[in-house]
Amino acid sequence: MGDAGDSAKQEKKVVFVTVGTTLFDALVRAVDTNGVKQELLRKGYTHLVIQMGRGSYNPTKCDGEDGSLAVDYFTFSPSIADHLRSASLVISHAGKLLFIFDIWCILTINLVIVVLHCGLFRSGSIFETLQLGKPLIVVVNEDLMDNHQSELAEELAERKHLYCAHPQTLHQTISDMNVESLLPYLSGDATPVAKLINTFLGFPDD
Amino acid sequence: MENQHDDNCSLFTPSIITVTVSAVLIAITRVFYILCQSGKPLYPSKSPKPLSTLIVLGSGGHTAEMINVLNVLLLKDRFCPRFYVAAGTDNMSLQKAHLLEENVFNLNGGKGGSTQFLQIYRSREVGQSYITSIGTTFLALVHALWLMIRIRPQVVLCNGPGTCVPLCVIAFLFKVVGVRWSSVFYVESIARVRKLSLSGLLLYKLRIADQFFVQWPQLQRKYPRAHYVGCLM
Repeated sequence: MGDAGDSAKQEKKVVFVTVGTTLFDALVRAVDTNGVKQELLRKGYTHLVIQMGRGSYNPTKCDGEDGSLAVDYFTFSPSIADHLRSASLVISHAGKLLFIFDIWCILTINLVIVVLHCGLFRSGSIFETLQLGKPLIVVVNEDLMDNHQSELAEELAERKHLYCAHPQTLHQTISDMNVESLLPYLSGDATPVAKLINTFLGFPDD
Repeated sequence: MENQHDDNCSLFTPSIITVTVSAVLIAITRVFYILCQSGKPLYPSKSPKPLSTLIVLGSGGHTAEMINVLNVLLLKDRFCPRFYVAAGTDNMSLQKAHLLEENVFNLNGGKGGSTQFLQIYRSREVGQSYITSIGTTFLALVHALWLMIRIRPQVVLCNGPGTCVPLCVIAFLFKVVGVRWSSVFYVESIARVRKLSLSGLLLYKLRIADQFFVQWPQLQRKYPRAHYVGCLM
């Protein structure tokens, strides 16, 4: 992975789409449209890898040799961490995801590649991935009732840490996005909470 | 005969009513007294002793947030012994707590207080029918009560979701009955930007949480008794 001598590989820019363990055919269908694929190609991405989970809609595979976007997909993979590491942009669902442990691993072994883009959504994992410094598009699943997760996505989008899209507007979001304008997300700090708890319990301040 | 019977009744009823009314009044007064005392900080003693602490781990993101808080909080040997509780179906959370405790143990140069890892029944699994959930909720409550009687924590740390509510309510009842005075801290999840979660709302409205923390300023403006502490993730 990432051999310096191989210039062809260096130019490989992967878009990783993940729906986690949920079923989100609307997102898979949306990225499989010509509009979205053309837009991604225009933005300089060369590969599209889709993790489609329990969905039933199979996108069309393509090897990309004719200069079009190379498309590949799989349902689940134990090595999702590898896909994340090599991805330049990740388009994710805003539901639940079960691969947090993999992302946790990337963080603990410090294999963070800052140039790449990524995103998995679940309040815990979105921050873990944002902290990898990978640009991220979060796609909101409108089929879920009381989707309070979109609250967070919208707030973070307002603060320019990520892009928030709907399956129908994904095409527009990709064409309008400027990855450079995203602001890095600074890790949170638990010191204020700890301070308040300690003071409340009568422990001396230090 | 009938008259006499009536007389007996009238002799008894007022006293029963008086007893019940006064019992209820005492209970209400006690609850109000506890509610008034609840939000107040403990006064520092000359040498504050470590406090037994119950840490309720939610799941996934909730656990990750709690671990972040504990990473700072456990730097000093103030929360001892520690009891970690997670839902019976959630193995990941306790694994993460184990990992954290190992780090704390190493940081403290190999000495550490006693730590216990416990699992609790969940009142309702995702997708479980409402009829069977009456039974499981009852079972979960009994189990929570049993755990709380055994632990009797002085500090309860929780950040949702639902698992922590029965434990917090029992902690509050312990204060009312006088079994154990405890301080309950609730940190609302970072995912809640504009509205509190149901567990958060309950603990806030019923004033069961002694201190209530939120991670977004707009939420603090809506719930003025909460403390804004910035993002934890």
